[in-house]
Formats: sequence, C-alpha cells, structure tokens
Amino acid sequence: MAQQKEFQNYTVNFGPQHPAAHGVLRLLLDLDGEVVERADPHIGFLHRGTEKLLEHKTYLQGVPYFDRLDYMSMMSEEHSWVLAVEKLLGIQAPERAQYIRVIFAELTRILNHLLFLGAHGLDVGAMTMFIYAFREREEIFDMYEAVSGARMHAAYFRPGGVARDLPEGLAERIKDFTDSFPSKIDEYETLLTENRIWKQRLVDIGVVSPEEALDMGFAGPMLRASGFAWDLRKAEPYDAYDRLDFDIPVGKNGDSYDRYLVRVDEIRQSNRIIRQCLEQMKPGPVRYEDFKISPPYRKEMQRDMESLIHHFKLFSEGFQVPVGEVYVATESPKGEFGVYIISHGENKPYRVKIRAAGFNHLQAVKRMALGHMLADVTTLVGTVDIVFGEIDR
Amino acid sequence: MSVGVKGWVWTFGLRELAAGLAVTLRYFFKPNITVQYPEERTPLSPRFRGEHALRRDENGAERCVACKLCEAVCPAQAIFIAIDPNSTAEKRLTSVYDIDNAKCIYCGYCQEACPVDAIVLGPNFEFFAETRDGLVSNKQRLLGNYERWKDKIDANLAADARYR
Repeated sequence: MAQQKEFQNYTVNFGPQHPAAHGVLRLLLDLDGEVVERADPHIGFLHRGTEKLLEHKTYLQGVPYFDRLDYMSMMSEEHSWVLAVEKLLGIQAPERAQYIRVIFAELTRILNHLLFLGAHGLDVGAMTMFIYAFREREEIFDMYEAVSGARMHAAYFRPGGVARDLPEGLAERIKDFTDSFPSKIDEYETLLTENRIWKQRLVDIGVVSPEEALDMGFAGPMLRASGFAWDLRKAEPYDAYDRLDFDIPVGKNGDSYDRYLVRVDEIRQSNRIIRQCLEQMKPGPVRYEDFKISPPYRKEMQRDMESLIHHFKLFSEGFQVPVGEVYVATESPKGEFGVYIISHGENKPYRVKIRAAGFNHLQAVKRMALGHMLADVTTLVGTVDIVFGEIDR
Repeated sequence: MSVGVKGWVWTFGLRELAAGLAVTLRYFFKPNITVQYPEERTPLSPRFRGEHALRRDENGAERCVACKLCEAVCPAQAIFIAIDPNSTAEKRLTSVYDIDNAKCIYCGYCQEACPVDAIVLGPNFEFFAETRDGLVSNKQRLLGNYERWKDKIDANLAADARYR
C-alpha cells in the first residue's frame, strides 16, 4: 500500500535581517511548496519617533531629521519640510534658491533611482549593475559634499532658501555630469532592459491594476507604472517646476518591469530638468532676506548689532510661525512625501505628521505576492523601492 | 514576417546578452577608476564637515566666549558647555566644552551659529574610540584638533567665507 503524506503550509520569516529585505523588513510568508499564500509585512524595527522629536525642535533644527527619514533620497525629504514651513510663514524662497533646490531634488531622484537599479539588479541576480550604478552615485555624492559638506545627510535646504550658494565651479561640474550621464543610462539599459533573465524575473510579476493602485493609495513611479500620469511636480508645481519642461513617463501593465522602465525614464527626465535649471538660473540671493527667518550674512553679523541680535535669536529660539495647519507634499523619488504641520504660533511645531511614500507601497506587497513563487518576493520587495527610515519614521 | 525572423535570430543568437557583455568587456580594457583608499584619497571640498575643532585666535587665546549658542542650536544636544567662574566681562571663557561624538549628527549648525568662528567642523573624518567615554571630545582634544588641522581649517574657512 502506497503511503501518503500530508504536508502543511509552512511559514517562513523573510527578514528582518535578510540581505534582500532592503533594511529591516520582516515578511511573514505562508508557503505552499514554493508558492506564496500569504505575505504579511511587519514594520517598526527602525522606529525613532521622528514626529514626536520634531515637536521639541525648532523649525531649523528639524531639517537634519528629514535627511534621516528616507536616507536614500535626503534632500527630497528636506524639500517637503522647508516648503511646509514656508507655506505656514507665507513666504517664498528667492528664485535662485528655488532653482538650486530643484537641481538638488532632481539629483537626489537620480541618486535614489540609481540605488533602486543597483539593488534591484542585485536582488534578482544582475550583480554588475550595482557597480555601474554606484559609480555615478559617487559623483553625485561628491556634488552633495561640495555644496553642503556632507556626502549624505546634507541639511542643506532651509526654510526660506538654501544654506549657501553653489560653490564656484559646481554648476559646471553638474553640467558636465548631465552631458555624459545619458550615455551612462544607455549603458544600464543595455545591461538590463532587453536582457532575457531580467525580463523573466520582472515581466508580469506583481501586476497592479489601475483600480488597485488607487485603492492602495499609490503615488509616484508605482502609480505611474499602473497607467496614471500623476505627478505632483505637474499637478501642484512647487518651486521652479512650473517653469520647466519635462515629461511624465507612464507604464502600461503595472508589473515590475514597467515600474523599472518608468524609473529609468524618470532618470532621463531628471537629467533634462537639471540642464534646464542650469540654463535658466540667474545670480541672486539664495536665502529669504528677512533676517528674522534666515540667518543674517556672516560679515554683517560680525559688524552690525542688529544682525547680531537676529543671529542670536534665530539660532537659540528660532522663528515664530503663525498659527495654522498645513499639508505640503512633494514628489519624492519614491512617491508622495507629505508633511503635515500644526502650528500654535510658537517656535516649535505643535504636531507633525509625515506621510511616508513607501508605507502605502509596502502594504501592496501583501497583495502582489499572492500566488507568486518565493523567489519572486525578492523582486517585489525590490520593485516597491522601500526604505525603512521613512516607513517606520 | 521579417520582424518575426529577425526576432527569432536575435533571440537564439543571444543578441542582448552579447550587447550587455560587450559593455562589461569594454570597461575591462578601460583604466581603473577605483581609488585605493588608505593610500589614495579623493579631494574634500572646503565645506566638508568632519571632526570638530576649537579655534584659537592669532595670539593663541581661545576664541570661544561661552555664549552657548552652539549648545542651544544643536539638534542632537551633543554639546555641553560650562562657563569658567573666573570669567570677567572683558574675557569670558569656558571651563568645560564637551562634544559627544556619538550623539553628534555632523549637521554643521554649531559652526553656522558660532558668532566668533570658534567651533568648526574640520576636514578629519578618521577618528575612532574603543569605549563610549573615548567618543566624548573634551576641550583639550578639540583645541588639539585645531593645532593638528590648523592650516587646512583656516584655508577652508577663508575659501568658503564669501558664501556664508
């Protein structure tokens, strides 16, 4: 008599220390053989209480905390914060500062998408891609360092502008970079886009229909890959975006391959935006010249009593922000990154809520993974491009 | 039809794999761009934010006047300052100036806040400690850092002065 054995589903812990989990994601997988029957993401391993901490920081002191949320797209996060504070104050940054902010927000987008390309490639077996992507990332980190002094956690954007003007020669360096960068993107595409292994691992993996994408609150490249031409840079232009000409890449099938293609095209568009900014940019002030909000120039401060008082007030107490509530979202590389501030008219926010772009995308892993193989889960975790700094906050 | 035949030939001729390998092969013969770190270094910009240093003025006196602005602005609360009780109205000095390097996030706000250019973030990023206590820089160490990196710090400050 032939013996029959019954196998139960078994549960696998994917992470929190799995090298393909992109940080501290714990994914509980119920497997039937190799097919995923349930995927349950657990979060919270990187919770630092940023929102609470911000209640005890002045608006200026809040800036470095935003670098550390999504630590792969630093200046984009700062961008949301400073725009929210500016909206509360009812001020606008000077034109040159707006262009500088857009340039660095777009450089950050390239930075983030290059990491996505490299890490996603590494996840599904294209090891070479990582090295190519990091070569260009290094150049952008050098620009970060030249402008702010830190390679990653820049603390460069400030309410009312940016900390300092571009140093001499940096604009030319960025220009040179944008000249040579499109050919580098072509290289990445030669390595990946048509590659049969890459396509086998990505095409039709994790298809998200347009309705599902809306239901789950997608934004950014994830939403665009499902066929919506929604981009906050176009829908609600902030800073200099209304003066710039760029296209929104849109996907068709909403699978992992489309999300890859959308992101590659976004890199090309970012490159275009940076070039236009460099052409349109004119010399001028880079900080809002009301010295109750921006620090006075250093020479003035060491000479003039009034400026010295402003300087001391600003760096000890900060500035008072009018009573109000404001929500400002920017198109961060991962999607809509929003900051909601309630101000009670003090020098510190009463309450801050951060809308992390990756949070909504992570919940989709649950739905996308159903019926796929275990090996596809790495693809799915890679394709949503999550960073736990912002999800856990 | 011809497209179908072409696609068939390309698929079985491993065209896209060959194209990808051609990219990697091209780089195989190009000069290496890797920097062999401890021996070779990449240049740092004048704005680089590394280990802190406390500057002295031309006469060798401490610049710091214990105004505690850096202590107030520090988002990580990494700085502790105590005023020297023997300070006079003409000459204010610190008796304690500690920076906890483990707390510090190297945002550079202390340097921006300092009205007398005393505390600066220098070009040194190679420092370590074996204990937690070793990560707290006291005044002696901060002044020593300035002695060690004096030329570079002063040159960097001069180079960046017009942007501040």
